[in-house]
Amino acid sequence: MSNQVNTSIRRETSTCYHCGEECKDEILHIGEKDFCCTGCKLVYEVLSESDLCTYYEIADKPGLSQKSVSGRDNRFDYLDDKDIVRKLVDFQNSDETHITFSIPLIHCASCIWLLENLHKLHPAIISGRVEFIKKKVQVKYLHDKISLKEVVRLLSRIGYEPTINLADADKKTVEVTDKKLIYKLAVAGFCFGNMMLFSLPEYFAEAELLGEGFKKTFNYLNVMLSLPVFFYAATDYYRSAWLSIRNKAVNMDVPIAIGIVTLFTYSLFDIFILGNEGYMDTLGGLLFFLLIGKFYQQKTYDTLSFDRDYKSYFPVAVTKLVRDEEEVIPLIKLNVGDIIKVRNEELIPADSILLEGEAFIDYSFVTGEEVPVAKRKGELIYAGGRQKGKALTLTVQKSPSQGYLTDLWNNDSFEKEKVNSLESLANRISGKFTFTVLAIALGALLYWGFSGQLSMGVLAFTSILIITCPCALAMSTPFTLGNTLRVFGQGKFFLKNSHVIEKLAKIDTVVFDKTGTLTSTTEASVRYFGEPLSAESKSIIKSLVSQSTHALSNRVNSWLDGVKAIKLEEVEEISGKGLRTIYKSQEIRLGSADFVGAKTEGLPEGGNLVFFAVEDTLLGYFFIQSGLRKGIENVVSEIKVKLPVHFLSGDQDHERVNLTKVFGNHILMNFNQGPSDKLAYIKNLNQNGAHTLMIGDGLNDAGALRESQVGIALTDKITNFSPASDAIMDAAMIQKLPAFLDFTKTSRKIIKASFGLSFTYNLVGVYFAVQGLVSPVFCAILMPISSISVVVFTTLTTNYLAYRRGLKDKIW
Amino acid sequence: MEVIFVLIAISLILAGSFLFLFFRAMKGGQFDDNHTPAIRILFENEPKTKDKKEPSPSTKSK
Repeated sequence: MSNQVNTSIRRETSTCYHCGEECKDEILHIGEKDFCCTGCKLVYEVLSESDLCTYYEIADKPGLSQKSVSGRDNRFDYLDDKDIVRKLVDFQNSDETHITFSIPLIHCASCIWLLENLHKLHPAIISGRVEFIKKKVQVKYLHDKISLKEVVRLLSRIGYEPTINLADADKKTVEVTDKKLIYKLAVAGFCFGNMMLFSLPEYFAEAELLGEGFKKTFNYLNVMLSLPVFFYAATDYYRSAWLSIRNKAVNMDVPIAIGIVTLFTYSLFDIFILGNEGYMDTLGGLLFFLLIGKFYQQKTYDTLSFDRDYKSYFPVAVTKLVRDEEEVIPLIKLNVGDIIKVRNEELIPADSILLEGEAFIDYSFVTGEEVPVAKRKGELIYAGGRQKGKALTLTVQKSPSQGYLTDLWNNDSFEKEKVNSLESLANRISGKFTFTVLAIALGALLYWGFSGQLSMGVLAFTSILIITCPCALAMSTPFTLGNTLRVFGQGKFFLKNSHVIEKLAKIDTVVFDKTGTLTSTTEASVRYFGEPLSAESKSIIKSLVSQSTHALSNRVNSWLDGVKAIKLEEVEEISGKGLRTIYKSQEIRLGSADFVGAKTEGLPEGGNLVFFAVEDTLLGYFFIQSGLRKGIENVVSEIKVKLPVHFLSGDQDHERVNLTKVFGNHILMNFNQGPSDKLAYIKNLNQNGAHTLMIGDGLNDAGALRESQVGIALTDKITNFSPASDAIMDAAMIQKLPAFLDFTKTSRKIIKASFGLSFTYNLVGVYFAVQGLVSPVFCAILMPISSISVVVFTTLTTNYLAYRRGLKDKIW
Repeated sequence: MEVIFVLIAISLILAGSFLFLFFRAMKGGQFDDNHTPAIRILFENEPKTKDKKEPSPSTKSK
């Protein structure tokens, strides 16, 4: 199919056929269709050549904007390295290779359709298979006919560039643990269901008609079915209880384990020695409910990874120069003293000294500030920055794992798992609970023993242990926390696991990172000083900046929102300096002080300056500061009322005045904080007994996020990179942070209330048990009722309260 | 009433084999992704009809 491609630039509002974004600056046309950038158009051309335009019919405007995609062709060269390929692939035989890519851009049905029709784009690709939730695609291809590099390049040509990083190459672990719980749950469910059937004769007098033989058989069948429950499904509880006793503590699982063992052994004794019916069905039901609770609590978010360290951020390979010849080597093989080449849009992989080239380093992933920093020859450039501009030659000073930033990961706090210094509410209560129950049981044994009825005493003793089995107690926590986790998830506040909720409830100090957290790159404040701008100059500036993707250009561009751009003949962008054009035979320059020949003395500090000059006269300058996030003042002032708030900033002190103006006086502000200073600051707070909540965004906060009791990583795009943390929050939801924090306290109250409920059941149970009046029927009725009512209670209250606080749109 | 013994045996074997099948499906990865197949099933017929149905007439403008 050959399209007559009719590309022209017209000025009108329309939306891009590929990505659905409004075409702001230019509109490219193919036939009737409009495209916002050449990237989008290119994707469309590739697809239409292979007859894959169905892509555009499945979902409306399925593509994603291709504006910011790097166009450098050799950026996948490292995929030629055999070592790297071997680490990345899942499977390889003499013909086929299977590989799983992670593609964060997958978002709709069209994406699935296109990626599963990859074989139509290239004959050597056998198939593609998408896992939508995990945003992954498995590609099978013939490696004799197409190389991995070409596969990746093909994917990037159709707009689905996979993210490949060191962490992928390093480990290929499969999560087996999750599945084990499901197996156990299945076994418990199977046994419980069947045991209930075989126990029916106990509950109905009519079943007596069946005769003794049946009853015996049913009891033996129950014993048989209880074996997998006791020896397989319940193993987690024994292990956890044993671990806790060895650490001289009593957690929730201790009373559960005691209960399970008593139930099982007493039932065996009851069935085989006394010839009664036992409590095996109760045991099965107990395990089944407990495991459901556990399963519910374990819900985590597959698509988000909370444990990313610098490895998932750094490139897999670097270009090394050996006697002026380029060689692509895996990052692991990079040594101190090597000379490397870093091109436009590439990351600096290790702390290095600049040998050649003009460096403009964008540290947005590190600090949250996206305006590039200029570096001169001989200066040290820290790892983690992204070069914007021409290629650089650098000599490596430290190995990638020991740089300024990555040093954080060698800190103690990354060595060991965070020790949970906070005992969970349930565990604290269950300690007392276990001792009380044992005391009551012993009391009953002694009472009956002294009154001469020892067998009655034994019965009372065991039935107390059985009936107080903390089933309802054990379920209130997982269901409350599980529900809270879900509510938070709907509010785009994703927690690593449910323990984080309990930790959040105990927070007494809140620490904010400044750049990227309090401030936002999209909320820049732009001010203009100098000669007033005429409508014409505004239009000229508008069309100048719309030609550039530089962060400052974008900010000026959005400041000039609504201004019409003029068509300019030729716009030249001098990387790292500015923009130049000729308009009405006058040279117009917009850019840095050097570029226009301006002096910066006496001009405001703490922001970026962009100068505007016509010929050689300086007309004025823009003063651009990253602005504060929308609504952040309210968030801080709401939190400030209850808890002490600290700010950490890598910037100079002169920001203090501005920040005090907005946030008031009662905030401890700390400036000039490097990554390890931030970590040390949090450590210091913790050692003074504070429970710290750190909110940050960049790699430079990673240490502090890790060291704090709870670290929240704020991110503009949930699936994008965020440093290791306990929770990930969508930056747009920051206004709700105080409400979320409050709600963690509420969910603690809900847990306490449901404890009260289950204690009531236990009191009723104990009242009958001490008198030796407990029968299997009584057990079989009381236990499910108490468990189910606790589950219903916690689920209802959690959802209702979340709805009332505005954390949810509807109750369900 | 002895027939009940046979019935019990059958019911246990049936239930047991369901459990076994569930385990096998679990191991085979049938529950790993329960979103994509629901979308994928809608695609099956489309590609083959490409001769009859053009994506949209305007893409063919010559």
